[in-house]
Amino acid sequence: MDLRTSEADEDFRAGLRDFLAGALPQLAPQPARDDWTARRTWDTDWQRRLFDAGYAGLNWPKEYGGQAAPPSQQLIFLEETTKARAPYVGVNFVGLLHAGPTIVAEGTPDQKASHLPKILRGDEVWCQGFSEPGAGSDLASLRTKAVRDGDHYVVTGQKIWCSYGQIGDFGELLVRTDPDAPKHKGISWLMLPMDLPGIEVRPLKTVLGSSEFCELFLDEVRVPVDCRVGAENDGWRVTNVTLSFERGTAFVSDLVDTTRLVEELAPYVSDPGQRRELGHVAAELDALWALTRRNVTQAASGRTGRGPFMIKLAYTEVCQKLGELALRVLDRDILTVDGEGPFVEERLRSLAFTIAAGTSQIQKNIIGERVLGLPREPR
Amino acid sequence: MAFDLTDDQIALRDGIRALVEGRFPVARVREGFDRAGFDELVAAGVFSLRDDGFIWADAAIVYEELGRALVPGPLVWSFGQEGVVTGFDTTRAGAPFVEHAGDADAVLVLTDDAVRRVPTSGLSLGAPADWPLDPLTPVWRIEDVATAPGAACPADPVTLRTTSALLTAAYCVGIADRLVELAVTYAGEREQFDRPIGSFQAVKHICAEMAVRVELARVSVQAAACVLDDPGVGDPARAVSGAKLLAGEAAVLNGRAATQVFGGMGFTWEVDVHLFLKRAWLLDGQFGSADDHADRVAASMAPPRG
Repeated sequence: MDLRTSEADEDFRAGLRDFLAGALPQLAPQPARDDWTARRTWDTDWQRRLFDAGYAGLNWPKEYGGQAAPPSQQLIFLEETTKARAPYVGVNFVGLLHAGPTIVAEGTPDQKASHLPKILRGDEVWCQGFSEPGAGSDLASLRTKAVRDGDHYVVTGQKIWCSYGQIGDFGELLVRTDPDAPKHKGISWLMLPMDLPGIEVRPLKTVLGSSEFCELFLDEVRVPVDCRVGAENDGWRVTNVTLSFERGTAFVSDLVDTTRLVEELAPYVSDPGQRRELGHVAAELDALWALTRRNVTQAASGRTGRGPFMIKLAYTEVCQKLGELALRVLDRDILTVDGEGPFVEERLRSLAFTIAAGTSQIQKNIIGERVLGLPREPR
Repeated sequence: MAFDLTDDQIALRDGIRALVEGRFPVARVREGFDRAGFDELVAAGVFSLRDDGFIWADAAIVYEELGRALVPGPLVWSFGQEGVVTGFDTTRAGAPFVEHAGDADAVLVLTDDAVRRVPTSGLSLGAPADWPLDPLTPVWRIEDVATAPGAACPADPVTLRTTSALLTAAYCVGIADRLVELAVTYAGEREQFDRPIGSFQAVKHICAEMAVRVELARVSVQAAACVLDDPGVGDPARAVSGAKLLAGEAAVLNGRAATQVFGGMGFTWEVDVHLFLKRAWLLDGQFGSADDHADRVAASMAPPRG
């Protein structure tokens, strides 16, 4: 057990730093938060640069444009790009971290060939269509229905919390294909071409004042059957494959960002009690970084541990603790969101962290039942 | 990257776990410190790990197992020493209590800049205090311990504090982890409202939070051990402070949480939980409290602007 990095990994880090030093100064200024057309261009241009330089799809298979690199290099990539303030995945989030990996694991050869290289090149943007107004924590109770009609599903229903709905080319869509089966057994996972007739997208304004999400209204949308990933009614299992990627390295970039944030807050903190809280938060972030390295080591060696189930719960709570501390430290400077540093905006953003992608309460259920083996709640 | 137990370290962990489970069942632990038990640990090489070529990461693995079994005794002070050795840190506040003084051959007196080894034969000990917080850790009040004559130790006090904080933290991880096992087992068996209480989210979530604390504390301790083994990969002072902070907190908070899960039974002498919680309180203050270590982590960051 050690914390050293191999020579090959250090070479990878050095090459990446060279690339970033050359590419980042050429980057156009970041577009306005709610200018989604410009954001798409900015994020996909950067993705294309990564692709051309051989840094796209580090953990994807080579035959679809990926690099098949070891998990340790994936970690270094996220660490170095975040430290250098390179753009994060942005509008490519769903394609690179949700839909793409799902297609890698579950797609047909045709589906892989037609989507994966485009996602990696930044030519295809994906949005999300999982949650519904009536299906949040109980996602499997979703009601958007898909009725088979020859070579098509006729899809009608409503989705909410669709990340990048404004500009997505395809959506990852969960639909109910068997209304009579138990709720987990009647779901299918579809690729939804967003230009089909019958789709209406409405931006959803969040507490940040901008629209990171959309609502999606589907009215008898005819989706070709060959857009289905996995077997009909096997969509819940496919969804768990999708969501398992959120337990991998999904929080590395956020963690590096938050670690920088805590270092940036330090010079503002002079009160001894608040300094102590700062030290506590920093220790917790150090621990999360150690846990990330443990998880990556285990992913590479095939061992399974408890860490992947715990990162999100612990990380999001530390984030909120840091945000609260920052607001108290900054005092009257919090009266504008973009005043002194990014702290106020991050505090607002972090309100969502303990809710999105499985609330903290759902995370604790999962740890209690799947990790500790406690009996399930009657449901 | 290889931040996980090696096969040898897994064998070491399993070996020491089998040893302490065999030699230190809870019935013996409840009898308190005994010299024969200590000698078994000496024979197993627990206190001479470093001299025998083991690294700090190995020592952390071993001390976590000692904590899981709640093995009594001045195990951290005795690390690297000859005989049963306890200690007295003159920088701490409070009365001059010395743990296990009547069981020990010597007391290490630790000041800011020196370590002195005082033979207990030269101290007037008297009887231990009537009612120690931790029934398995008797304490003696020795008014002149800080000034008692002794031989200067070659140990560097800063290093001794750092490595002792690491081993104490590792022991605390063991306590915290064992408390998860106790709470989860009980929550799965105890029935109220016609079902196991562990099926209720109110109880299940307590257990989940306990497990998360252990996991974070354990990787902190192991990362700190790796930094001590390999100072090029990090800042040893910050790493050890973070580890001691989180491990002490995990042991104390898990002790409180387990008491809550056990309900009324958690307030009885019969159930073991209070023994773990009392040791956790005791160790949380040793070699730097959580507050001390949080301050030290903060001191490793940018200072306040003038």
